Amino acid sequence: MTVDPGDAADPVTVDELVAARSVVVCCGPGGVGKTTTAAVVALEGAMRGRRAVVVTIDPARRLADALGLESLSDEPRLIDSKGRWDGELWALMLDTKSTFDTLVSKYAGRPEQAEAILSNRFYRNISSALSGTQEYMAMEKLFELHDENRFDLIVVDTPPTRNALDFIDAPRRLTRFLDNRIFRLLMLPARAGLKIVNAAAQPLLRTVSKVIGVQVVQDAIAFFRAFEGMEDGFRDRAQRVLALLSEPSTAFVLVSSPRRDAVDEADFFARKLLEANIGVEALVVNRMHPRFGDRTAEWAREKAKSSPPPLRPFYENLADLYQVADGEDAHLRTLVDRVAPAPAVRVPLLASDVHDLEGLSEVRSYVFAG
Amino acid sequence: MDPRGFCRQTRLVIVAGKGGVGKTTVSAAMARMASRLGLSCLIVEVEGRSSLAATFGLADQVGYDEQVLAPASEADGTGEIRARTLTPDRALIEYLEDHGLGRTSRRLVRSGALDVVSTGAPGIKDILVLGKVKQLESMAAADLIVLDTPAAGHAVTFLMSARGLLDAVNVGPIQTQAADVLELLTDASRCQVMLVTLPEETPVNEVVETAFALEERVGADLGPVVVNGLYPALGLDADPAELARAESVELAPKDAEALRRAADFRTRRHGLQEEQVLRLAEALPLPQLRLPAIFAADLGRPELDKLADAMLAAVEALEPARP
Repeated sequence: MTVDPGDAADPVTVDELVAARSVVVCCGPGGVGKTTTAAVVALEGAMRGRRAVVVTIDPARRLADALGLESLSDEPRLIDSKGRWDGELWALMLDTKSTFDTLVSKYAGRPEQAEAILSNRFYRNISSALSGTQEYMAMEKLFELHDENRFDLIVVDTPPTRNALDFIDAPRRLTRFLDNRIFRLLMLPARAGLKIVNAAAQPLLRTVSKVIGVQVVQDAIAFFRAFEGMEDGFRDRAQRVLALLSEPSTAFVLVSSPRRDAVDEADFFARKLLEANIGVEALVVNRMHPRFGDRTAEWAREKAKSSPPPLRPFYENLADLYQVADGEDAHLRTLVDRVAPAPAVRVPLLASDVHDLEGLSEVRSYVFAG
Repeated sequence: MDPRGFCRQTRLVIVAGKGGVGKTTVSAAMARMASRLGLSCLIVEVEGRSSLAATFGLADQVGYDEQVLAPASEADGTGEIRARTLTPDRALIEYLEDHGLGRTSRRLVRSGALDVVSTGAPGIKDILVLGKVKQLESMAAADLIVLDTPAAGHAVTFLMSARGLLDAVNVGPIQTQAADVLELLTDASRCQVMLVTLPEETPVNEVVETAFALEERVGADLGPVVVNGLYPALGLDADPAELARAESVELAPKDAEALRRAADFRTRRHGLQEEQVLRLAEALPLPQLRLPAIFAADLGRPELDKLADAMLAAVEALEPARP
């Protein structure tokens, strides 16, 4: 069953993005269809004969199933085209922790160093809970895939963050965190051959221990001690990730819904990206309410009053729907202007959520002309 | 059910759900309903940048310190509505001061040491905020305290923080704090969680998952589920062109077409919503409070009143409270 999409304007094409770029980052607020949009972009790539991979963060289960993603994985899986596209479509569901583990192993001087870090409780917590870790690992995965040169189009979905720049800042933020001068100080006694207990005896740490417990502090000290010497590798990597994101072959696509709160957040993203000199190259607005005919809400409300009773609810309904569409247009105006001349693509509200390739194809028909 | 009794079941009501389902709107409507029943209400926000202040016609965002959104009125017997936004940093400083660590608190926060260590023990920041909420609850800061939880799927993690922390930290004031918070969250006479969702496929799936997680992993008592954004049924089955002919009024073909397609759209969306509401009822044995869709572009006082009316009617229609 399909729901009438109304009289939508002709979609602007975003074909160029898919045809010419090698990295597309889909960002935007939570719950607006970022994962679906990312999958649609990758699908379009495959349709155009490219080797495309989509890195998803937290897909709805049925979409994950449709993409052949039963579980988190570090390795992309090939989706069977069944003759539907000439290129290749791969998908991967980001496993934050295992990506982080790989990174630690890569930069550890010795296997014992990696082992000491990976088994540390403090590490286990930051690798899953440090704010920005998921963003960082999404970017890390992107970098890794780019480095391997297996794909010619990499599309990444980003976690629903409050701050647009989390995924750009995250690598730097983590290196800063690992660089913390407090812990540089803490490591001094270790170099002098003293025991952890002595480090924890410092007045500042005594206070911290008093508040959150001595064991958390000791785990932290053990972690930073084990991590020593790896900061440079991480910092260097973070620089290269940032460089990749700023390359002209990388495009940022902003995804939103027309709801006021989502648009406000998307607009905040757009401003931050522009401030960071990263332009938004396309805006995709999912779930637009349709507009029927070319009258106005006021006209319909007026008619609802003056018409015979049986017709009134029909005019009321038309007025309600105009009001919704007007509201959506009003919410979007500033955002559309801000990202201009980047195209703004509107995808109508669909009858059901997208959870298979057919659904993706339907969305694709709205995003990509022809 | 008596709405006043409903509002006084527990002093703390936690409003939870995914981003975009209307948690802040529901929190505001709940406060408005309580206010109309003569109760004072405090809305506690956790993240900044919410539309709460705008809904009450105020220009500035709600800050850490309490502010009045709507004053009490003796004339119409309404209670006061206040609000504040809790942040972990401010809650931390207050907490340290309360625990005789005032002198070092600023130094600890400034040096970043606590930040680094608390990152390694996830949930510390959440527990500081929830600890503050607990304090407000025990001092009876208002007849009803509505906590609008952070969005983006954090509700469960946020409320889980107490239990998680108790496993990780077994001594010290934070441990005590976590134990107190957990006691509050699991005490059905003091606190209930009101989940919010939309009558759509993914939001329904998510709310069902969240409900079970909250019950099993947090041990929280669940109040009714709020289903937000329902299209009211209008009865649009007939053909508008035929109706116009029968009533002998003129109707341009293109308008007849617009009316028909709009009616069709509404009817189908309504049907899809009904399906999801039924699916929710089957998956989740909790009473539902259904709120109508608001078609206006911006939510202001009149829209809020409309939602409070709908909530009041829905509460009245609920079965009486469990014994």
